[in-house]
Amino acid sequence: MDLAAVILVEIVYAIASLVLISAGLAIVFGMMKVINLAHGEFMMLGGYVTITAVKAGVNIFLAMILIAPLVVGAIGLIVERLVIRHLYGRLVDTMLATWGLSLFFVGGVTMIFGNTTTGISTPIPGFPIGGYQVNGYNFFIILVSIILVIAMYAVLKGTRIGLIARGTMQRADMAAALGYSPDRVYMATFFVGSALSGLAGAVLAPLVGLVPSSGGAYIAKAFITVIAGGPALVAGLLSSAGFFGLVNQAFAFALSPVVGEVALLISAVILLRVLPQGITTRFFRGRL
Amino acid sequence: MTINRRAFLSASAALAGTMAVPRLGAAADTIKLGSILDTSGIFDAYGKPMDMAMRLAVKEINDAGGLNGQQIEIVSYDTQSDMALYTQFGQQLVRRDKADIVHGGILSASREAIRQTMRKAKTLYFYNVLYEGGVCDRNIFINGVTPAQQVEALVPFAMERAGGNKVYILAADYNYGQITANWIQKYVEENGGEVVAVDFFPLDVADFGSTIAKIQGAAPDLVIAPLVGGAHLSFFRQWAAAGMKDKIPLASTTMGVGNEHKVLTPEEGNGIMVAYNYSQELDTPANKAFKEAWAEAYGDSSAIHEIAVSNYQGVKMWAEAVKKAGSTDRDAVIAALETGLSIDGPAGTVTVDPKTHHATLDVHLMVVEDQGMNVVETLPQRPPIDTQAVCDLVANPDDNKQYEIKI
Repeated sequence: MDLAAVILVEIVYAIASLVLISAGLAIVFGMMKVINLAHGEFMMLGGYVTITAVKAGVNIFLAMILIAPLVVGAIGLIVERLVIRHLYGRLVDTMLATWGLSLFFVGGVTMIFGNTTTGISTPIPGFPIGGYQVNGYNFFIILVSIILVIAMYAVLKGTRIGLIARGTMQRADMAAALGYSPDRVYMATFFVGSALSGLAGAVLAPLVGLVPSSGGAYIAKAFITVIAGGPALVAGLLSSAGFFGLVNQAFAFALSPVVGEVALLISAVILLRVLPQGITTRFFRGRL
Repeated sequence: MTINRRAFLSASAALAGTMAVPRLGAAADTIKLGSILDTSGIFDAYGKPMDMAMRLAVKEINDAGGLNGQQIEIVSYDTQSDMALYTQFGQQLVRRDKADIVHGGILSASREAIRQTMRKAKTLYFYNVLYEGGVCDRNIFINGVTPAQQVEALVPFAMERAGGNKVYILAADYNYGQITANWIQKYVEENGGEVVAVDFFPLDVADFGSTIAKIQGAAPDLVIAPLVGGAHLSFFRQWAAAGMKDKIPLASTTMGVGNEHKVLTPEEGNGIMVAYNYSQELDTPANKAFKEAWAEAYGDSSAIHEIAVSNYQGVKMWAEAVKKAGSTDRDAVIAALETGLSIDGPAGTVTVDPKTHHATLDVHLMVVEDQGMNVVETLPQRPPIDTQAVCDLVANPDDNKQYEIKI
């Protein structure tokens, strides 16, 4: 019974961390059709910003929730103005440009912080469920992911800004004809996308040993989750993260964490063979 | 003046010629020490201090007048924590640089990547790292501790402190982790214990949530973790974050080798049991002098760790042999080492074991306390009996393999 509860917590945690890892990419790639290969590096930057801020004496939650997203969002804004805005609609070119960016960020961070492992400890103590101890920080990650999904849904569905953003992504010329500047909408959307990547990196930072090349560990999972999700932004993110998180943890518990990772990748291959356009072309059609 | 192809070629040939001449002149009166280490990437916590230690040892030798009147010149390569680069740089060291001696290699995978290259090129090779034991090759000398020196002492110590006999093993998934896990299993069983499970992790795994839950399901009395590298450090962090640290005691054969206990906070690291040849907390005159020399060279002695000291002692051991042999010739140096040569290093006396080319050295049982390693018990001059049981280079000088323990 206790074990079942612990496994449930770990599964929900795996789903939540996939949601967190993929949310920024879902906006940048899913909405804006920019293949952002520097997504992992945006997360890595979020981690470094958090660690630097915490070491400078800032409250860790403030650093993770506010400072890291803002700083990484600002970096994203600069990148968008200098590079990405020239490449909208050129899918392959964005891939090449952002790959270059990822190398640039890895090199830059290596120069500043050195190619060494850094980290901070988790701010929340563990607590018992029956006879088991669980990592209290997992619940924080689950909470952040839930708030994130609700906020994304509320903004895109319920506010005028969300409507304008979605409209611009679908038909930029019509949005322009109605008096909205697609340029500025794209800029703001990219800012939000990179800020979310920064948030994800920041929140995951206390759980890992961070090195400048850490971004590489996230990028494949993020793309798999977003691509397998399909066209619907929030429903796609939730359904594919739910599916992969479940598969990963089921195999991790039954066999070993390595088999869990392998099972995730194999299930992604099978899923894309069966549903090449993603889960939300078959299920949850027309949802957001 | 116009530059045509002929003018350009003759000018550049002349330039190349003038550059080559002084190099040829210099090569004759220096000894080339090749060093091959990961000084960047995820293993740099191991490699950087090893590099510093090697440079400190060479500087001390050169300042004291060199070896047999010759100065040592360092040729070093950074393998960037990439095993493929070892093969490449290993070839460069023996073919292009024609090194007289090669020190280096950190992970056992990297040692095996270059060992045969060194053997074929008849370039003497020193591997100065704690490892899983069993390498039997006349061309290599090893100055790190092996399982019989370390695990055999650590397991009963940890089991007694844990007050139980059910052990759970978490190991890195490559030759070091696999073989060491077998050794741990052997010694646990010899001490009347039982291994409830063994889990292996590739070097880039950083999420141990499901593992920590599984460990609790198995309810062991002790966890022994030969985990390696920066990503695996997450385990100790997540173990403490789950509040497990005070529930199930933890021992490791690798934690602290790269000063990991200084990266972890005291709350995360306190109480972890280890056994090594060196600790910064060793209270001996030799260690005090070594730390002072290090601080003078690098400003601060906090970077020193187990395998940095092994590397330092390895270079010093080789230098002693060159002095005794009177030359850097491989066979003469091997013969000098095989007399059972001995040096006094920061971690105590180190003596070459002629049969195995491994080292007899002190091992200290320690507990991590406030980012330091406190010595609980010292086991003086332990021979590498694991390798001695399978390897005799005096009887079979042509042996060339790594023996693995059979369970």
